[in-house]
Amino acid sequence: MRLSIADTERCVGCQSCMFACARRQGDAGLAETCIGVRSIGGMERGFVVIVCRACVEPPCAKVCPTGALKARKGGGVLLDASKCIGCEHCRDACILGAVFWDDEINKPMICVHCGYCVQFCPHGVLNLDKRGVANNDIK
Amino acid sequence: MISSDPLANILYIDLSKKAYWIDRRQDLFEKRIGGTGVAVELLKEECPPGCEALGHENPIILAVGPLTGLFPLASKTVAMFKSPHTGNLGESHCGGRSSLAIRMAGYGAIVIKGASDLPIYLAIHDGRVYFRDASSLWGMESSFTVGRIIRENEPGAGLRTIMRIGKAGEQLVSYACVTTESYRHFGRLGLGAVFGSKKLKGIVISGKRSLPVSNKKEYRRLYEEIYQRAVNSPVMRKYHDLGTAENVMPLNEMGGLPTRNLQEARFEGASGISGEAFAENYLGRRLACSHCPVACIHIAALREPYEDEPYFYKTSMISYDYEPIYALGPMLGLSDAQGFLKLMDQVEKLGIDAMSTGVILAWATEAWQRGIISTNETAGVNLSWGNYDGYIDAAKLIIEQPNEFYRTLARGVEYASSVYGGEDYALALGRNEMPGYHTGPAAHIGVLTGARHSHLDNAGYSIDQKTLGSKRCSPEELAQSLLGEERWRQVLSSLVICFFARGIYEPEMVSKALRLADFDFTTEGLRQIGKDIHREKYRFKTREGFSLEKLRIPNRILETEALGGNVDVQFIQTTIEHFERLLHQ
Repeated sequence: MRLSIADTERCVGCQSCMFACARRQGDAGLAETCIGVRSIGGMERGFVVIVCRACVEPPCAKVCPTGALKARKGGGVLLDASKCIGCEHCRDACILGAVFWDDEINKPMICVHCGYCVQFCPHGVLNLDKRGVANNDIK
Repeated sequence: MISSDPLANILYIDLSKKAYWIDRRQDLFEKRIGGTGVAVELLKEECPPGCEALGHENPIILAVGPLTGLFPLASKTVAMFKSPHTGNLGESHCGGRSSLAIRMAGYGAIVIKGASDLPIYLAIHDGRVYFRDASSLWGMESSFTVGRIIRENEPGAGLRTIMRIGKAGEQLVSYACVTTESYRHFGRLGLGAVFGSKKLKGIVISGKRSLPVSNKKEYRRLYEEIYQRAVNSPVMRKYHDLGTAENVMPLNEMGGLPTRNLQEARFEGASGISGEAFAENYLGRRLACSHCPVACIHIAALREPYEDEPYFYKTSMISYDYEPIYALGPMLGLSDAQGFLKLMDQVEKLGIDAMSTGVILAWATEAWQRGIISTNETAGVNLSWGNYDGYIDAAKLIIEQPNEFYRTLARGVEYASSVYGGEDYALALGRNEMPGYHTGPAAHIGVLTGARHSHLDNAGYSIDQKTLGSKRCSPEELAQSLLGEERWRQVLSSLVICFFARGIYEPEMVSKALRLADFDFTTEGLRQIGKDIHREKYRFKTREGFSLEKLRIPNRILETEALGGNVDVQFIQTTIEHFERLLHQ
């Protein structure tokens, strides 16, 4: 299972997905969200939705010096927080900007593709794709 | 409230000293919730009696509430200040990203005092306030450009609000607005001029944090319930589909759409500027405020050719809503959608309140037709119904103020008519230009008695429509109904809940939601708080010289037939007397 973006042009910028992701971790607010919505550069031009796209060979895992990030079956990564030293290499390696950061514990936050946010997208921007990984075709 | 909730932090900024500090005021939030309730207390603390609205003593207070960042639609910021437009209580509400950004930055309220010696904008990130030199933004033609430059210079994309003023605020036009996120506004009562008087060009605020809740499981459950109601209820659907512009046609059909300075209440050109017409021909995008799944913001795409070169076009994105359409459309006899959008775009660039601007220009047009003023006063501009080019020029001249007439227009229609005459058709209620409802007595009495002279204070227009066909209410019943609604709305605006969601956040639901932020109020307790807050607002008004007896009732609202017949002045006066009596009970 993998979270995918069906159509960013449908995004109205309500950020309900961001709140859903944070709420899934327990608290209100936005500190714990693994998905981001911002305008392209002025809201009149629409929005970008930033989230892990479940790479088959994730660059973030490749640069992890301690093995805290491991490639996940079906794409994306899993974090073993006990191994993470907070070096931020993973954040630099993700050119999508999809490695978010938890400043309170100084560790990365990366989407686990649970699909909870999809239930709170009122306008069909997000999709939970059951077929699998993002970039199968490059293998 | 939960003791670790950052809501209790009040950020004070002194522009004169370029200093800032934080006070924790848990007691204040526990007593008055947030938003309007907290803001009016801070206004009382910070605004000296009789102070100059455009003097350095006048504070700007911005407040959010405990449900912001917790639940959908608690998405407004309440601004309080002394209004340079009415010389009395200034209160204006704005959406966009403002409320969430203030909450995520870790504050429940921001108090801005003093005045800067040079143009500045404030950047508030990571617990710090930066005083940035805004000299190169001062005098800029378009507030859109000001927003773009701040956007490119500051961090926090997606998690910030960018408030700014246009040239109208710099020029101290008494109905200048503050714009956030290009399309949302602290529209009414002149907050933009208060910014301008402090040489404050803008404020950018960003942040990202967790907020505590008292019961995580119940929080998720209640969130889901509220969210489902927000996305599925037919009432909210209306705001999403055509937006507030949906009101144009029904109001016109029932004969409640103020037209040509309310000489009529039906507009033959209504279908040209209706919600349906805009959606069909111009709607380019819909947007939402942060944490609102409804997305009521409608943006038109206007494609125009350049006249000097073939196949060369520009596309402007212009927001539209019912109230600006009413004021710049029917009120000015304008039925051409493109013309409306061009005028709207100019008004946005200058940063003036669209509603006041339309009503003022409508008065000026009638005054010109009646010969009270001539092209001498208008500096050659031809003010005639439907002539949007003339209105665009006049809007610019209100800001440039080349002569006494435009300096006068820059202070509102109440003042302009006191100088030039034409009070009978100067459509200000409580010194604030009227909203787009000529539905009957409740609409007008509601605006006259409302603490901020807004149609949203008590929704009198809705009472008119509900009581139509049945027996009209008595003056006493109407006074009770208006006051009851306004008191409850103090609770909603203290929670900074968008009034469009008032059907979701009924007393029981508010009480449940607040419990998750560890505020324990019964529905009765909430109603009492609403009453107290309203009383405090009226106390401030009285202190600053407001009196219900002194309210001016423009003859025009009596002359032009409303739905259900002409409004009777005696009925208005008696209702206001009952209102005053009930106010003190």
